[in-house]
Amino acid sequence: MSSLLSASSALREDALRRLKREMWARAVKLGLRSWVGWRRGFTSKADPQRSGRVTAEVIEHLERLALVDFGSQEAVARLEKAIAFADRLRAVDTDGVEPMESVLEDRCLYLRSDNVVEGNCAEELLQNAHRVVEEYFVAPPGMCSPKWLNRLSLSELRI
Amino acid sequence: MLGRTLREVSTALKQGHITPTELCQKCLSLIKKTKFLNAYITVSEEVALKQAEESEKRYKKGHSLGDLDGIPVAVKDNFSTSSIETTCASNMLKGYVPPYNATVVQKLLDKGAVLMGKTNLDEFAMGSGSTDGVFGPVKNPWSYSKQYREKRKQKAHGENEDSNWLITGGSSGGSAAAVAAFTCFAALGSDTGGSTRNPAAHCGVVGFKPSYGLVSRHGLIPLVNSMDVPGILTRCVDDAAIVLGMLAGHDPKDSTTIQDPVKPFTLPTFADVNKLCIGIPKEYLAPELSSEVRSFWSKAANLFESEGAKVIEVSLPHTSYSIVCYHVLCTSEVASNMARFDGLEYGHRCDINVSTEAMYAATRREGFNDVVRGRILSGNFFLLKENYENYFIKAQKVRRLIANDFVNVFNSGVDVLLTPTTLSEAVPYLEFIKEDNRTRSAQDDIFTQAVNMAGENLTSAIPEPHAKEPEQLHVTSFSYLPMTNELAGIIETFVVTKRPYWT
Repeated sequence: MSSLLSASSALREDALRRLKREMWARAVKLGLRSWVGWRRGFTSKADPQRSGRVTAEVIEHLERLALVDFGSQEAVARLEKAIAFADRLRAVDTDGVEPMESVLEDRCLYLRSDNVVEGNCAEELLQNAHRVVEEYFVAPPGMCSPKWLNRLSLSELRI
Repeated sequence: MLGRTLREVSTALKQGHITPTELCQKCLSLIKKTKFLNAYITVSEEVALKQAEESEKRYKKGHSLGDLDGIPVAVKDNFSTSSIETTCASNMLKGYVPPYNATVVQKLLDKGAVLMGKTNLDEFAMGSGSTDGVFGPVKNPWSYSKQYREKRKQKAHGENEDSNWLITGGSSGGSAAAVAAFTCFAALGSDTGGSTRNPAAHCGVVGFKPSYGLVSRHGLIPLVNSMDVPGILTRCVDDAAIVLGMLAGHDPKDSTTIQDPVKPFTLPTFADVNKLCIGIPKEYLAPELSSEVRSFWSKAANLFESEGAKVIEVSLPHTSYSIVCYHVLCTSEVASNMARFDGLEYGHRCDINVSTEAMYAATRREGFNDVVRGRILSGNFFLLKENYENYFIKAQKVRRLIANDFVNVFNSGVDVLLTPTTLSEAVPYLEFIKEDNRTRSAQDDIFTQAVNMAGENLTSAIPEPHAKEPEQLHVTSFSYLPMTNELAGIIETFVVTKRPYWT
């Protein structure tokens, strides 16, 4: 057991080192400023037109939730504009108004009977996946250790 | 022959003036000639010829499947088509071959339609110009029309012939261009905020958005589940009615389709407008509206009045907020819908294997363009716990107010609304790209998206042929009845000629 643990922690260390190397390589290749200053530079500057809502914490949080990165200062600026645009809704008086989820809210959705009528097409479905082993989709290891989750944010995982 | 309407060609096929194979080959060769428009992502030549052959056999035996048998059609590339690559114009789905047909595609094929190919669009149907897909922008066939060329000659000389081409509008630009260029007789688009009607307006074809729940969304790669509908693009209103008749109806695979029975209908050759009340919403008289569109709008209203209809001014008070509300709801639902693209079961997958999160993040960075990523991030922002009430729920409440606006107007005796589709004619690409996708969508969807949020409206866009560039009107009605088609047909008969007006 302990050999497994030490092997896996060695693997993790290896992976981290490789990640950091790759990140540097890419930063140089793309001519970006060093990644340490990179995220710091993303916070929205004081600008009368911007709400200043998109702080570094919000950026990190959104990137983590969405698993999509901003990639540039322009993207942050676009989000600021989108938020400012959405803020116009505050002017509408919605007291006593129920939210509308669907225009078909006064109808019942169709439910079919619980009988198996199709399926048995595992081979067809597996054809579109890149990595498959027998009838399994293959995913890289998940990050199950809380220590790992706390240490690495998405930006640190960013390649 | 290729410039005829669907009904005319169908008659020609039934009477043996032309065979499905000949028709298919003519369309295929025209697709090759008009390749510079970039309307098609995939041209399914072998499949089309095979389908045409089978159609020919049926005609020979006298067992034709109906009006659509042997008719070349095109399908927007966000509808799943079995064994034909479906990309949504994105790197994320390049090489993805669905194992099934979307219901609407299956219905077309069951009626004998011949699938010419998959048309170009904005990536994942996000955009209003058909300029943001990975396969490049779609060019408006009108850029090469006599009228536009003449107009350009009057301007700068020595300008490169092809540098000032017009956009098609979006996001179903490829479908609209395919129909306008005569490479097919009908095309499927999708409509979430105007994505069928906007390009129809800019390309001078009829764009029809069915009421939400009338046509199945099974197989349509979703953008906004509560607003998406498949759209129909054709060269005249009658053709749109034919196609709608084939596609509408409950689908057990899409539980958001209504279960009421739907009967196919034909447009009357002469419709009486004496008892009709047409509403002109005053809030749609925006200052940015171009003078040509405004004058066409008055012309149409006067036309109805002179034929005996009652034309009155109505009010949709929350119009100015509808685009904002749409923006919030759209990005929120997009954030949710795009979460399925992780590279595991289908689509693009990056090479990183360190961890699932790293793999997902890199896959999504490589697969999505800036527009899609921007919308996902905005959507996630509005869905954050601290923002949920103030943005998402607020937008849902405003949505109800907007839907109620329409209900109130239609309950007050108005049968249909008549509005413009876009603020102005199609703009040149070089001008369009001066603003980013989000700004353009906010500008261009201004008239079209309110109806998507209210859902229960049939809408079509009818072209004005005598303008130098296409302009269009919107006809909206409240129910699932074919009324908008009839009225659109009336406008068409009086104002439009059925002959091609661009060469």
